[in-house]
Amino acid sequence: MGITITINGHAHAVTASDETPLLYVLRNDAGCKGVRYGCGAGQCGTCMVIIDGKPVQSCDVPVSAVADKSITTIEGIGTEAHPHPLQRAFVEEQAAQCGYCATGIIMSAKALLDANPNADDADIRDALSKNLCRCGTHQRILRAVKRAAAEMRK
Amino acid sequence: MTTANTTPRKLPGSLQTNRSLATWLSINRDGTVDMRPGKIEIGQGILSALTQIVAEELDVNLERIRVVTADTAHSPNEGTTSGSRSIEESGMAFRYAAAEARELLLARAGVKLGVSLEQLSVSDGTITSRGGGSVTYWDITDASLLQREATAETAPKSHTQHKIVGGSAPRADIPRKVSGVPSYVQDMEMPGLLHGRVSRPPSPGAQLVSVELDEVRAMPGVVAVLRDGSYLGVVAEREEQAIRAQRRLARSAKWREVAKLPEFDPRFLLKLPAKTEVISEKNDAKVAAIVTKGATLEAEYSRHFLAHAALAPSCAVAICNAGKYTVWSHSQGIYLLRDEMAPALGVALEDVVIHHMESAGCYGHNGADDVAFDAALLARAVPGRPVRVQWMRDEEFMWEPVSSAMVVKTGATLGKDGNIASWHFDVWSHGHTSRPGRGTGSNLLSSWYLEKPLQRAPTGNPPMPGGGSHRNAIPLYEFPNQCVTNHLIPDPPIRTSSLRGLGSQTNVFAIESFMDELALAANIDPIEFRLRHLKDARARAVIEKVAAMAGWKANQKGDGVRGRGIGFARYKNAAAYVAIIAEVELAEDVRVPKLWCAFDVGQAIHTDGVINQMEGGIIQAVSFTLKEAVKYDRERITQQSWDDYPILSFTEVPEVEVALINRPELPPVGAGEGTQGPVSAAIGNALFNAANVRLRDLPFTRDRLIAAMA
Repeated sequence: MGITITINGHAHAVTASDETPLLYVLRNDAGCKGVRYGCGAGQCGTCMVIIDGKPVQSCDVPVSAVADKSITTIEGIGTEAHPHPLQRAFVEEQAAQCGYCATGIIMSAKALLDANPNADDADIRDALSKNLCRCGTHQRILRAVKRAAAEMRK
Repeated sequence: MTTANTTPRKLPGSLQTNRSLATWLSINRDGTVDMRPGKIEIGQGILSALTQIVAEELDVNLERIRVVTADTAHSPNEGTTSGSRSIEESGMAFRYAAAEARELLLARAGVKLGVSLEQLSVSDGTITSRGGGSVTYWDITDASLLQREATAETAPKSHTQHKIVGGSAPRADIPRKVSGVPSYVQDMEMPGLLHGRVSRPPSPGAQLVSVELDEVRAMPGVVAVLRDGSYLGVVAEREEQAIRAQRRLARSAKWREVAKLPEFDPRFLLKLPAKTEVISEKNDAKVAAIVTKGATLEAEYSRHFLAHAALAPSCAVAICNAGKYTVWSHSQGIYLLRDEMAPALGVALEDVVIHHMESAGCYGHNGADDVAFDAALLARAVPGRPVRVQWMRDEEFMWEPVSSAMVVKTGATLGKDGNIASWHFDVWSHGHTSRPGRGTGSNLLSSWYLEKPLQRAPTGNPPMPGGGSHRNAIPLYEFPNQCVTNHLIPDPPIRTSSLRGLGSQTNVFAIESFMDELALAANIDPIEFRLRHLKDARARAVIEKVAAMAGWKANQKGDGVRGRGIGFARYKNAAAYVAIIAEVELAEDVRVPKLWCAFDVGQAIHTDGVINQMEGGIIQAVSFTLKEAVKYDRERITQQSWDDYPILSFTEVPEVEVALINRPELPPVGAGEGTQGPVSAAIGNALFNAANVRLRDLPFTRDRLIAAMA
C-alpha cells in the first residue's frame, strides 16, 4: 500500500493491492480504457503501455513493480481532436477493422519510432511481433506506421 | 369480411419482416437523420456502408446521419448479423425505406411550395423548386411522416446517379478507437459496477462434486458467490478481486469428468453414424458411356476443429431490477439471444432488453451469447447492481463454440478430351450452427450446468442453398455427371457452431485442390482447366483478372522452393466471386510471401470497406491454413493460451494485392466471407507447384510438410 505511480504525467495513488496487474489499475481506477484486456499473459499486446521508453504489456506486471515509474498510455499520446502522428496515420490508412488491437499496436510502434525514427519494414514487423491482430488488418497497419514514421521524421 | 387478397406485398430485404418506415428512419427537426439498423458492427465496417446507402437515397450529407445501435426494445429484428447478408438484408431495407422517405418529403414540399414534384430537386436536405422557393426536410418533417407501412414502390436511384454509394467515406469509429475512447462493451462504466467471473469445469459436461464456498465469501471485495448445480460464479467489487476469487473456486472445486472426446484426427467422423443426404445429382448417360477409358482419381481432404479466437475474450454487462433484466452484449443476434435468455431466466420476453455493444472482431458464434447469460445469472444474485462479466483467455479458448472438423472424399473421371466427365464428392462434418434462439432447446453454455439444467439444443446446419457443412460443396464448375453427398454427424462431442464461411473453407479447399490434381492428370494448365469447366462470365472474369495481376504463365513449374497456385469459388454459389493466387516459399515451414485476389461483389457499396474485408479475410485464411487447429485430448480441450493456438503474426503476414471488379449495375452482396476456401486451396496448390508435395490435411504445419517431403 502507499504506492504512487505516474500515469500520463499525473501522479496516481494506488488503492489496489500490490500484486494487482497494472492493467486493472489503468482501466478501472485511472479510466484508461484504451489499455485493453486480451489475454492476461503478455501474449497479445492489447494492453501495451510505455514505461521508461520501453513497451510493456500491463496485464503481466504487478502494480507494485512500477511504483514511482512513469507510465504512458494511448490516452497520453494524443486525443481524437489532437492525435499523435501514429493515430492520425491509422485514420488516414483506415488501418482498422474492429480496432481492438490498434491502441496496443500504436504504443508498440511509438516506442519503436521514438528509439529508431528510421525503422524499416523488418524493424516494424519485429517491434509488432508481440501484438496480435485477428481481423487481418496487418498490411494497413504496417502502412500506417510507415506513414507516421515519415511524418515524425519531418 | 373482406375477400380481397390479404397476402402482404413482398418487400425488399429486412423490410419484409419490419414493415414500418419509422422503425428504420427518423427525419429530425434539428437537421439530423437517425437510422436504426438491426444489424450490428462486428468489426466489418457495415455501419459505414449502410450510412452511405441512406445518405445517397435521401440526398443528405453523411454528417447528418446518426446510427442508433441496435437494441431489442426499439430496433428492427433482423435476426443475426452473419453469413455476409447485411448488405442484402439491411442495406436493401434502408435503400427502399430512404427512397420512400425522400418521396414523402418531396410530396409535402410540393404542397408547401405549390408546385409539382417534377419541379423539385434536393441537395443535403434542402428541397428547391425550379421556379424559386425552397424548404428543408427539417422544416416539414414531423413524427407522423414515417408512421406508415413501407410500400417499396418508390424506385431507388439508378446506379448511374450514385454519388456516395461506391465511395469510401472514412469510417466514423476509427478516430475514437485509435484514441482509446471507450468503444467496446468491455469499456462500460456505471455507478456501482461489480465484476463477475465464472469458475468453469475442467472438461465439457463435468459435474461438480464439492467446493469450498465460505473461504471465497470471506475474500476481500467478494460480494456474492453463486453455486447453482455445477455452475460456480463470483461477484466482487473490483475486477482483480473477482479473478482471485474465481481462481480460489477453481482450486477447491472437485469435479467428476465424463467427457469422451474424439481422437485428434478429423477422420474420427468417418466412423460415426451420419444423416446422409444427396444434395446434387446430375446424370448424362451419353457422357458416362464414353468415359470409361479415362483416368480416374480419388483423394481425401480434412480439416481440424477451428476456433474464432477473437482478440478480446467475450464480455457482457447486466443489471437485474425487480425481475427485469437489461443486458449489454456483443451477440450477433440480440433478439435470438433475448428469446433464449428470457425463458432460461424464467421471465417474460419483454422483461429482458438487450443492447448491442461492440467487442473485438467476431467471425461467427463465439462466447458472446454465453457470457451475456452469465452476466444475467450473476446480476440476479446482486439485484440493482450492474455486473460486468469478462471471460478470461483460457475460458474463451476452452468454451467458445468452434467450427467442426471435416473430412471430404472426392473422385472424378476424365474424358478422353481431358475434361471432367464425372465427379463425386462426399462431406463428413458435425453441424455448423448452434446459435441461440432456434426454439429447439437451449444453446446457452451455462444453462446446461444449472441445478435444473436446460436441454441442450441440437447442432445442425442452415438449409441449402446456403447450407452449413455442405456450404459450397456443390461445385460451380459444370460437369456432365456428378453426385454430391452430405454426411451430417449429430451430437458433436466438442461444441460446434458457425465460423466465417462455415463448411465452405474445407469444401472449396477440397474442390480446388482436386481440380489441380485433375489438371495435372489431364496435363492442362490449372487456370485453363478451370476455365474449360466454367461458363459463368463473372467467374471467368475474376480468374482471368487474378492471372493477369500475378503474371501467371501457363504450365510454369516452381523451382523446388517457390511456387504459385490458384483457388477460386463463388461464395454459397450465389454471392461473392473470389479468385486467389498464392505464392509460397518452402523453408523450415511453409511461408506465404504474397497473394493476389480478384473479386466481384456486384455493386460495391463502400469500396474501401469491401477491400478491407477481402484483405482481412485473406490474411486470416492464411493463418487458418498454416497454423490453426483446436487442441484437445480424450477428456479435455487443452488449449488455454495463444501459445497453444498460435495465429499468424506480423513477422509472417503476406503482402496482399486485391482488385475489385465493380459491377454497379448488379445487386450488392457481402464481402466478409468467400476468401477462406480459395486461399487454403491456392496455398496447397502452390506447394505442389513449388515442390511436388500435395498436402490434403489442414493446417499445413511444419511436421506435415516434413512428412510429405520425406
